Amino acid sequence: MDEPLNLVLFSGTDDKLQAAAVLAAGAAALGRPVNVFLQYWALDAFRTARIGRDHGLAPEAGPEGRAHVVALASAGQQPWAEILRQAKEIGSVDIQACSLSMDLLAIEQSDLDPLVDGVEGVTAFYLSAGAGQIVFV
Amino acid sequence: MRDALVDARGLSCPMPIVKTAQAVKTLASGQRIEVWATDPGSVKDFAAWSKATGNPIVEQSVDGGVFRFVLARK
Repeated sequence: MDEPLNLVLFSGTDDKLQAAAVLAAGAAALGRPVNVFLQYWALDAFRTARIGRDHGLAPEAGPEGRAHVVALASAGQQPWAEILRQAKEIGSVDIQACSLSMDLLAIEQSDLDPLVDGVEGVTAFYLSAGAGQIVFV
Repeated sequence: MRDALVDARGLSCPMPIVKTAQAVKTLASGQRIEVWATDPGSVKDFAAWSKATGNPIVEQSVDGGVFRFVLARK
């Protein structure tokens, strides 16, 4: 289980970020390294000023899907940022911002939540990913 | 007999495993941890986690929708 799990997060809605955080935490619990590369709207959601906000859901959720998501949150499901924080405590989870997306959205590293470890380009991400699969969310 | 307890009742996947992984780190080899969980994926998840990490499940039961596991740190 030493191959890293490599997650490219593109979507910035809470459902997709939640699903990605669950994948990351599960891998971390198994002792598998996790590399997360934040692009576009996922990166935007990691701004310190926005990370705790409601980021909406994917369009296919609809009103019924939203009701299910709200019910699970009310029952005590941890938000995705908290799951990622705990994943970092138990394992090796490296979260990097895509430098192109930083330019695109005019984000400085100081604007980002401390969950984000740094900024890198896609080449550096591929190097970290090694032979492990890359999952795009 | 247990050295630590993780009450993960009401927590959804993957938090029972995450909390257990956190707690196991504080134990010495051979010490035991008891976990209570209500997540229906727990049975398969704890079996998989035990296999992958080498921390054996020494007891397991279910009572009224609560899954109980006792694991030993390898």
